[in-house]
This record gives sequence, structure tokens and C-alpha cells, in this order.
Amino acid sequence: MADYKSILFEQMIKDFAENEVKPLAQEVDEQERFPVETVEKMAKMGLFGIIIPRQYGGAGGNYNMYISAVEELSKHCGTTGVILSAHTSLCAAPILEYGTEEQKQKYLPDLASGKKIGAFGLTEPNAGTDASNQQTRAIEMEDHYLLNGSKIFITNAGYASTYVIIAVTGKGPKGPEMSAFIVEKAFPGFSIGKKEKKMGIRGSSTCELIFENVKVPKENMLGKRGDGFKIAMKTLDGGRVGIAAQALGIAEGALQATIAYVKSRKQFGKSISAFQNTQFILADLATRTEAAKLLVYAAVDAKQNKLPTLSLKAAQAKLYAAETAMEVTTKCVQLHGGYGYTREYPIERMMRDAKITEIYEGTSEVQRMVISGALLRK
Amino acid sequence: MKIIVCIKQVPNTTEIKIDPVKNTLIRDGVPSIINPDDKTAIEVALRLKEKHGAEVVVLTMGPMQAEKALREALAMGADQAYLLSDRAFAGSDTLATSTIIAAAVKKLGADLVLCGRQAIDGDTAQVGPQIAEHLDIPQITYAAAVDYDEERETIIVKRQFEDRYQTLEAKGLCLITVLSTLGTPRYMNVWDMVAQDEKEIGIITFADLDLDKANIGLGGSPTKVKSTATKQFDKTIETVELDPEAAARTIVDALKARHLI
Repeated sequence: MADYKSILFEQMIKDFAENEVKPLAQEVDEQERFPVETVEKMAKMGLFGIIIPRQYGGAGGNYNMYISAVEELSKHCGTTGVILSAHTSLCAAPILEYGTEEQKQKYLPDLASGKKIGAFGLTEPNAGTDASNQQTRAIEMEDHYLLNGSKIFITNAGYASTYVIIAVTGKGPKGPEMSAFIVEKAFPGFSIGKKEKKMGIRGSSTCELIFENVKVPKENMLGKRGDGFKIAMKTLDGGRVGIAAQALGIAEGALQATIAYVKSRKQFGKSISAFQNTQFILADLATRTEAAKLLVYAAVDAKQNKLPTLSLKAAQAKLYAAETAMEVTTKCVQLHGGYGYTREYPIERMMRDAKITEIYEGTSEVQRMVISGALLRK
Repeated sequence: MKIIVCIKQVPNTTEIKIDPVKNTLIRDGVPSIINPDDKTAIEVALRLKEKHGAEVVVLTMGPMQAEKALREALAMGADQAYLLSDRAFAGSDTLATSTIIAAAVKKLGADLVLCGRQAIDGDTAQVGPQIAEHLDIPQITYAAAVDYDEERETIIVKRQFEDRYQTLEAKGLCLITVLSTLGTPRYMNVWDMVAQDEKEIGIITFADLDLDKANIGLGGSPTKVKSTATKQFDKTIETVELDPEAAARTIVDALKARHLI
């Protein structure tokens, strides 16, 4: 039997991205506006619960569907792509993977239906690439942990209701002991701080999280005490596949827009697509994008089948797809010439959006550390 | 309430081209879609299901590839799907097609039958009304709104005419043909999309139905295509530069001269 599930999913997400996401992309960027209406539509379609099993209210779909959704959305709007990626990979996935049965039943149904959006808090002002240098503390009290500190650059922060937060719970043998917690927006003492003004993905809600004597019930610890750093690193392995798909989508979207442009733009009496310079640049960019796609879907395969190579594959996919997105969008702006530098065309936005994929969920340098680490450990 | 929605898989005519020599449609490589009016009929059924509770059954006739259209309907939220497929059905015109579909509706049983007004490939708008005639049930065509009064067990339909609406009520089994302007069909959703994978499509063949071979297929179709022709467009363009008012007057005069207004 034909794989109707995949055929129909592709048709649905392409139609949705073209008809609902593309028309809003420019406005979302210019007004730095979280696309609430798009998020509501995505919720209705079950996009926030693709990988969540049916017994927790999700669709019980596969990783391939989720990643192709991030890719298609990002072809037209990097902001929309990352909303889905952060929600799924950084919040729903760790709860699904490390949560107790009670935690899964309590938190996953609302995340699956999109009634609640998810976010993840690891980064702090002094803990970026050096993620183990955490300052946020969770002190064990009688029936709760008392959470104090702050997180920065948190994707979806202002619109999320469920957060997976990493904090120091004590001293471990080799440094601070870290643990993960599920924190609800409504917990007293938890507030959203400054919203960042960014170069790209400007509609994405990137804010500071502030914890002032937040009482987190003990049953909200995710995984075992002391497993926080491990959970964070494993979660980021999955998250990197999502960001790689976002980068891939941005590159594909830029190519699509540029192919249309070079065919219609005329100089010296002919369309600029007739010049070999245009043709060769497009050929190289399309080939590189296709290579990125193969790496992304190899990482999807590792994630779907729970292969031990996930960490390496995800880092390779993200590194290559992010640098591809940057190269493709930069060269596509060049092919657009002066018009490409204006906001009349989407290509400059795509170039600004592409840059973040080389930075968040581990910079390209971090990916190189992960990749070389895997090579040299052998 | 059991609602049967009759749909047709059609080539996406916005992407279709015409063979300049043979004057026929080039269907190769053109993606197939659910006929737009029919997709709205599915939407109407799903809205009735949400509001009043109903079982939505989708029915189509066509080759095995039409399964995709049925699976799309399931992914939108329909409960069951049936495909009428048999060599004996091939070549049916609207009359033969409606004969077969009516027999299937009778076999499946329904409280309401919904169809799209017409298909974008044939544009006849005949199959819906013909099904109703074969079944000898009331029909309401050109529905611009469909509602249901639970207390009175009555279907309320706003029927569109060129210059007015007519509101009709129907009790008991009837057939409604809907316009795509009634409402935008919903997107498929991931829950039903994954769930449809486990559903079987019911295949209905000639042997399953109470039909006379003389009334179906190519032999049972009185319609014969004598010839087809493609309209040739006259591309002579006249350019005049005028101020807006004079331009409007010129356009109106030109249209009047061609008896277009």
C-alpha cells in the first residue's frame, strides 16, 4: 500500500505553509510579532503533538513528519519554524523521554493539543557554550525545591506555559550537580523578563526567565536528581535536528524565491537566469542544499530509530545545514542585487533568519566540538 | 445521523494544459485533487458532526488511485470511506454514474446525502440531482448554508439563486448539493491522518450492487461526445491613453459594442 500518511502530510504542510504562513512572514518580521493566529491554526491541525503518542493526546506520528513540518514552515518563515521546533524538541520530547507516567499524563495532553506551548531553559548570562556554569539554584526543602535565578535567550518564552528548566541542586563529584524541572508559568515567583530585540527570527518570543523563590513541587523534577546536565545535552541532540531542518527550510525557501526572481529580472535585454554566473551559482547552492537535506534526514533516521549515532549525526546535520543556509541566503541576496537588500523582497529576511541557526542550540563551534569528540574518542 | 458525502477526484485544472493539436486535456503529470465543491460538502458534513453528532461516510467512484481522495477525507475527520471500483463501471456518463452511486447509497443507508454542486473537470452539475432522482428522494441544490434543527429533526438550507436566496427545510432523507463558497474546507489534521493508516477503505464492486449492466458503464451511457474544440483567443490589443473618466467610458462603450454588458 502506498504510504498515504506521508503523502497526505506533505500535501497538508505545503498547502498550509504557502497559504497561511507565507502571507504573514513579512509582517511578523517587521512588527516583531509572535504569530498567534498561525499557532492557533497549527494547534487545530495537531502539529504541536505530532510525535506525542496517542495515549497522551498526541497524533502518534513519526519524527519524519515533525521534521518535514519544521522544514516546510521555515521555507517561508523562520520564526514559525522555530516555534514548533522549540516546543516539540526542547519541551515535549524530554517530558516524553524522562517524565514519570504522572508527569506525562499531566503535561503532554495540553502540549499535544497546543493549548499550552512549551519552552526550555538552560542558557544563562554566564552559561552559554559553557552550559555547566549554571547559577540558577534549586534548593531542596521539605516538599518542594526553591528555585532562584534567571535564564536568558529562551525561545517561546513569552507565550509558553510549560517550561523544562535546568538548575543546580547541589555539588557533584566533578562540579555542580544539575537537575531538570518542569515549571509552570503560573507558579508564584516565576516571571518573564526582558524581550530581546533580534537580528532575525524577529517574531519569535525570545525572553529572559526570572525565578524568585519559586516553589517547584518535588514531583516536578524531570528524571533523577543529578541527571540535569545529561538530560539537557540529550535534549539538545534532538533539538539540533529541528534547527537543522529550520536551516534547511530557510535555504530551500531562499532558492525558491531566487529562482523566481532571476527568471523575471531582465538586464542587458535578457533575463538574468540566462547568464552563466547565475546558473552556476544556483547549481552549486541547490547541490549544497540537497546535501544538507540528506544529512538532516540521516539524523532524523538516527532519532526515529534511537541510534547511538544521534549525537554525531545531529551535530553534523546542524553544522552543515546552518552554514548552508548562511551561504545560500547570502549568495541569493547577491543574485537579487540592490532589490535583495531592500525589504521589498523576502531574501534579506531569510539571510537574517539564517544567521541564528549557526548560533542557537549550540554554535557551529560547539557542533565541531561534538563531532571531533565523537571521532577522537574512538 | 449518518451522512454520505459523494466526492470526485479530479485533475487540478488550474495546472492543466490543452494539447494544441488534438484539442484534448493533457492529464499526464497533473496532480489530482478532491473536487472543490465536494471538499466543501465534506466540510459541511464535518460541521454537522461536530455540532450535532453524526457518522460521516465518504463515497467515490473511480480507479484505485481515487483511494488518495478518500484517505484525504478521512484525514480531515470523516469516519469511513468507500470506493466504487469495477471494470463494469468504466466509461460511465453522468446518468450511468448516478445510477451506480444511487445503488451504493441505498446499500450503505443514509439519513442525509451531500454532494458538491459540480466537478471542475466536467462542470455538468448533473450527478447530484440524478442520484436524488434514482433514489426518489427530495433534493436541494446550490446550498449556500446548511444547518440542522435537532428538536424538529429538520435540515435547513439556504439555497442560492442569481439574485436572491431561498430558505428550505427538509425532514427525512434528502440530497443537498453545496457550493464551494459555503465555507473553506478545513485542513487535514495529524491525529486523523495517522489514524486513517489503520482504516480499511471499503471496495464496492458490481457484484455488491443491485444493478443492470445495460444501465451502467460505456454501454449504459446515452451521452456521446461528438467533438471537442478549443476556443481560440483573439490577442489583438488596442492601447489608448486617457484620463480615468474617459478611460471608463471607453471601456464601457467597447463592452457594449461587443454586447458583453
